[in-house]
Amino acid sequence: MNALPVNLNEILETLTLRGGFNTNAVILGTTLLGIAAGVIGSFALLRKRSLTADALSHATLPGIAGAFLISTSLGYAGRSMPVLMLGAALTGALGVACIHLILHHSRLKEDAAIGIVLSVFFGLGIVLLSVVQTSSSGSGAGLNHYIFGQTAAMTRSDAVLMGTIGVLGSFIALIMLKEFTVVCFNETFARSMGLPVWLIDSIMLGLVVLITVSGLQAVGIILIVAMVIIPPAAARFWTDRLWKLVLISALIGGLSGYAGASISALLPRKPAGAVIVLVAGLIFAISMLFAPARGVLADSSRRIRLKLLIARDHVLESLYEIEIGTPDARHPRASSLLIKFIAARGWITTTNSTLALTDSGRVQGQRIHRNHQLWEQYLVSYADIAPTHVDWSVDQVEHVLTDELIAELEHALSQRGIFIENGIERTTKQGGTP
Amino acid sequence: MIPKLYQMFMILDLFPLLSAIFAALSCGLLGNFLVLRKQSLMGDAISHAVLPGLVGAFLITQSRSPGIMFIGAAISALLTVVLVEVIKRLGKVEPGAAMGVVFSVLFALGVYMLESASARSVDLDADCVLHGNLQTLFWISSPTEWNHFLSANTADEIPRQVWTLLGTTIAVIAFISVFFKELRIASFDAGISTVQGINAGFMHMALMTFVAIAAVASFEAVGSILVIAMLICPAATARMLTDRLGSQILVSAIVALITAIGGYILAAIFEVNAAGMMASFAGVLLVIAIIGSPAHGIIAKARNQRRLGNQVALEDILGSLYRLAETNQSASQEELITALGHTKRTTKALLKAQYDKLIVIMDTHIALTDAGLARGASIIRRHRLWEGYLVDQAGLSPDHVHETAEQLEHLSELPDPNLPDEQTNPTTDPHGKPIPPESS
Repeated sequence: MNALPVNLNEILETLTLRGGFNTNAVILGTTLLGIAAGVIGSFALLRKRSLTADALSHATLPGIAGAFLISTSLGYAGRSMPVLMLGAALTGALGVACIHLILHHSRLKEDAAIGIVLSVFFGLGIVLLSVVQTSSSGSGAGLNHYIFGQTAAMTRSDAVLMGTIGVLGSFIALIMLKEFTVVCFNETFARSMGLPVWLIDSIMLGLVVLITVSGLQAVGIILIVAMVIIPPAAARFWTDRLWKLVLISALIGGLSGYAGASISALLPRKPAGAVIVLVAGLIFAISMLFAPARGVLADSSRRIRLKLLIARDHVLESLYEIEIGTPDARHPRASSLLIKFIAARGWITTTNSTLALTDSGRVQGQRIHRNHQLWEQYLVSYADIAPTHVDWSVDQVEHVLTDELIAELEHALSQRGIFIENGIERTTKQGGTP
Repeated sequence: MIPKLYQMFMILDLFPLLSAIFAALSCGLLGNFLVLRKQSLMGDAISHAVLPGLVGAFLITQSRSPGIMFIGAAISALLTVVLVEVIKRLGKVEPGAAMGVVFSVLFALGVYMLESASARSVDLDADCVLHGNLQTLFWISSPTEWNHFLSANTADEIPRQVWTLLGTTIAVIAFISVFFKELRIASFDAGISTVQGINAGFMHMALMTFVAIAAVASFEAVGSILVIAMLICPAATARMLTDRLGSQILVSAIVALITAIGGYILAAIFEVNAAGMMASFAGVLLVIAIIGSPAHGIIAKARNQRRLGNQVALEDILGSLYRLAETNQSASQEELITALGHTKRTTKALLKAQYDKLIVIMDTHIALTDAGLARGASIIRRHRLWEGYLVDQAGLSPDHVHETAEQLEHLSELPDPNLPDEQTNPTTDPHGKPIPPESS
């Protein structure tokens, strides 16, 4: 096995922020940026703005190259971070404005508007970059690092600026939490409350611009959007509550930033932007598969469990119907595994390969049979007032009836003089006795 | 003997230009269906996500043979399509976010592999992924005599990028012409398509496969950014200019052609990156279409709105004068303008009516000419018919219908013609005023 190019001590020092002042500043700055991106990205996700953010980040390229060209032509040193960031923010915001204009003044849809702004602005940026490369020797050569990002080229003050903007962005988002929440979940309601939706929306997008622009140098134009998209998308698997979403998303963003910047500081030729995104992607994959709230595994196990319960109920119901001699009762068809599963609960016995209900099984079968009849009767008597429910098939609904719903059904049916007891229907019209 | 100028063109520009044209055509044609299906950004996702496939194929085989690179890129392109679907369906993630997650992670993987690999080989360059390497397609041994074109060697000297792109363009044109009907139905309405026995899901995958092929084939020559621009911009431009899918496809092909050639020439003049210039030029063409399209452009819409406003103002003048004439009253110019609102539009409409000999403006009052009287009668007829309709059919109270009828009177249609005759041709309105008869 190849030895790592660094020893264990060095790894520990870097990870615990003892690796040297410059490295520390970059790692800390990237972590703070990741946290801010996670927080602000949560709202972008809920507002379905993920790909608007993508167009925005691509649209910063002509701003960077343009700012460089203008400031060098005015005789200043071109690669001053704040100047480039200002240019990037301007064209980024202009890109978002263009998406808005295309949406409102043409028949083109949002996807096309985003793609147009993304490709045209980026193309313009590449044109300007080629102008930079031919016109100025040397000083402009580093500009294309903004496309893929390069933490190695960052100075301490760059990192401090990035971290400060990260903290500032998160702070603004937390102050505006209530307004953002309302606009994200119910725009109409926000309007009716007299909230300036347009302004709140603009602040939200402004924060995305801020994060994008400050992360350009470390992560790069193409991948910075991943820091806004992936953490909230991953966090969404863990929770349904907004404040938890923001919190988890911030954690994932911070972790990705921290891991990406440290790994790229430790190993040569590992671009920080790519590593950050890969770490975030890994967390996303784990969340999607294993998160208990909305993860794929939890989801499918819940579905399988429900299917099993329904199959079990059908067996018990059929056996009960055979016992009481319902005319169209049929012998249940069930796999031997299912039979064993039910027998393990002590609800059926299998002697000489014939199935029989135990006492406790009979209670269960009776309950399911009764639910079935309740619902069936309800549909027959109340079909006109239950139009939203009639397409629920009886066989499916009987398994999901809750106790409250059953009580409600019984009440509704008794109003029409129908009583179902122990699975045998009787109406008051027939004298009240079965 | 071929003149020197042509010779230079063939050495430096012929192959880059051909590559650009073929890339623009194949992407531009397919883009029509992406724009139609609101899946423009799938092209964006695919063209970012082919990177790890390209690098992976190179790293595994250590060769830059086009076939292997192509297979690698195609695999990761299809992987993108599948992953986006899986995350969307299984994870219930919003489509935009699902796309963003997949393509950024795959692109990051590609950048990571590229940077790790470039320690060993400097052959692959991340920047060239974005804007291609059109400039390197020289024809060093370009023919000096015209008849050299016919020799067998010439075909061998054409770079494979040009051949690949030519093949792709032909395949795309064939795919669209053969499956035009299926693509159209599946794109407009997946439900109807299924009813007609066309598998919409299959058509979706077929389209995505072709997008992937076109993206991969164009990638090396023109770079991913132009692929995205060409997948969306020509189709969007054509969408602004036409209403039928068939003509939209045709127009988009022409726009793609103009974009490629125009962008290339501009890049040559200003000595800037050609792929970037073509993407920018595509944007310029689109902006022109959005502003100036005869049917759907901003100017046309504004002009229509102004024309409609002028017509409404004119009709309001004639209607008011007719009402006055009914009761043998009259109004002076000032009185009429005050009644209708003192706007530039009213004044202009008054002059227009005078110019069209609908009214005669006199010192004490304004008189309607015969033509003006007839126009006024037909407007008041429409107004009062609508009032009757709103009361009888919509059940509104008679004192609430005037404002609505005031707007409806400017429509060219009359109330529902399917009503029985006594209801379509009443003689009085709900307020008891006579309805002027239909003018012959």
